[in-house]
Amino acid sequence: MKKEKELLKGNYAIAQAAVEAGCQSYFGYPITPQSEIGEYLSTKMPELGRAFVAAESEVAAINMLLGAGSTGVKAMTSSSSCAVALMQEGLSFIAGDEIPCVLVSVMRAGPGLGYIYASQGDYFQATKGGGNGDYKIVTFAPASVQECIDLTYKCFYVSQKYRTPVCLLADGMLGQMMEPAVVGKYPYEEIDQSSWALTGADNREPRHIASIEREEETLRKRVVKIFEKYNQILKNENLFEKYETEGAKIVITAFGSIARIAKAAVKMARKNGLKVGLFRPILLNPFPEKIVQEIAQKVDGILDIELNCGQMLQDIKASIAGVVAIPIKFYGRPAGVMMTVEEIYEQIENVYKEIIEKKYGTACI
Amino acid sequence: MEQLVYKKPDSIRDDFKITFCPGCDHGIAVRLVAEVLDELSVREKTIGIASVGCSVFSYDFFNVDIVEAAHGRSLAVATGVKRSKPDKVVFTYQGDGDLASIGLGETIHAMTRGEKVTTICINNTTYGMTGGQAGPTTLIGQVTTTTTKGRDPQLSGYPLKVCEILKEVDGTAFVARVTLDSPAAILNAKKCIKKAFEAQIKGLGTGFIEILATCPTNWKMTPQQAHERVRGEMSEVFKPGIYKDRVSEAI
Repeated sequence: MKKEKELLKGNYAIAQAAVEAGCQSYFGYPITPQSEIGEYLSTKMPELGRAFVAAESEVAAINMLLGAGSTGVKAMTSSSSCAVALMQEGLSFIAGDEIPCVLVSVMRAGPGLGYIYASQGDYFQATKGGGNGDYKIVTFAPASVQECIDLTYKCFYVSQKYRTPVCLLADGMLGQMMEPAVVGKYPYEEIDQSSWALTGADNREPRHIASIEREEETLRKRVVKIFEKYNQILKNENLFEKYETEGAKIVITAFGSIARIAKAAVKMARKNGLKVGLFRPILLNPFPEKIVQEIAQKVDGILDIELNCGQMLQDIKASIAGVVAIPIKFYGRPAGVMMTVEEIYEQIENVYKEIIEKKYGTACI
Repeated sequence: MEQLVYKKPDSIRDDFKITFCPGCDHGIAVRLVAEVLDELSVREKTIGIASVGCSVFSYDFFNVDIVEAAHGRSLAVATGVKRSKPDKVVFTYQGDGDLASIGLGETIHAMTRGEKVTTICINNTTYGMTGGQAGPTTLIGQVTTTTTKGRDPQLSGYPLKVCEILKEVDGTAFVARVTLDSPAAILNAKKCIKKAFEAQIKGLGTGFIEILATCPTNWKMTPQQAHERVRGEMSEVFKPGIYKDRVSEAI
């Protein structure tokens, strides 16, 4: 029977999706604006005979996640900004150990404690990371409560399929807002973890999972192998949204919650005859460079919009550098008041005039 | 007729590689843990946690599944393993720097939750792997590479006594401090290690063993001198004994 849509808050949607995905172990420490995830799971997980541990810190939580993931079960933690900062060491170990697990990062505004406003100031934290060594945290960014559900599923699947930590990067707006969504069945196949997981050396040789590696050549090979996985993930698991990019002269690039508002502004611009489109990467890391290049080759300019001082902007610039020379404009707001549709529309209009009128002598082409 | 006087425990790998210095007590401690795993018939369902320090290469000698933890995080990793696989036997094998310094928070909280795991802590009053710096357990007056005139409590505080702290933590079921400086001490240590594993197997709580161990390399002593130090000044500050025993009470 098809499940009905219900009015769901983003954080509860993520928590329910984790349960539906078969998450066996959850570890977390409270921090606004994501605390509902832990609250929900604290009751639900024990009811299902699964593990919920209120960790004493985020440092402990991420290392509990490492332990749980090493046994092959689906495991998750959730946190936010300054607390995700505490997890960086653990994430580096988890990536080096090739342990599958899911981190839900519901961004607040920083730096430091900042506040619980919606912000995208942790794009760098999620995609560049603060842990040591060569690794990436595979990152998906939802823009709606429904995507919070669908991408939680995707995170578990990708983590288990490729044995890698995966981050769901939401923000305070998505975590706290309610909209109709449906927690459907987990749509992916189950990936057998029995060939590597630690379950006790019963009728087999003992296994060990460790990031330490004394042999130079072995360590090099491991890092190369990990990066080959990122290539496979980009090739096989990439998700993005293109809206009205065909024939567009200017393309807006935006991810997560602000991309929805940008999309409404693009609709308004199209209504007013401006040839504008939207590209919203959903997989943020590894970054879809080739698709950005393809889009950039067909337009006269890019307007990147983010709730920060220009973070994904760096990846957009790096993607097209040496490929095509078009102006890249940026409109960002680090924290506090959410941008309105009209405000973004005004920016589109300004950029359109500046780039298109300069190039063609008229905005009406 | 030949008589078998010693057999390598099954819980020690056939191809074990010793990464410890000559005269170090780690080797005896590892063997005792392995003998206990054999005697309790739990090798096949045991998952060990290797900590950062001289114990990081635990998978080179223990014949069980091993996962490495970041420095100090062994009991958090152990928590994740045990809660996900409650039917497994889980143990951490840590040094005093790992457990009592950088990992004291994880240690106390895991034991406060009464995680059904066993922790073996090697206390040699120094950071051995990094070359003999002062740690939380360094004795007053002890000369190390970072206390070149001896540990001065006015500058760097006092030795931390973890058994005395952990016996007060409600989730621990067995807490003991042992030495390995004589055959009798080794037999006693093994008995205690066994009880620390029984504490988790019987579901009573965390089992904790602190082993006063030698570090001849960094102490700049012969193995004999090092054991004399364990018996003497170390045992005066860190008093060996059973601090808590809910395992015997439960029988």
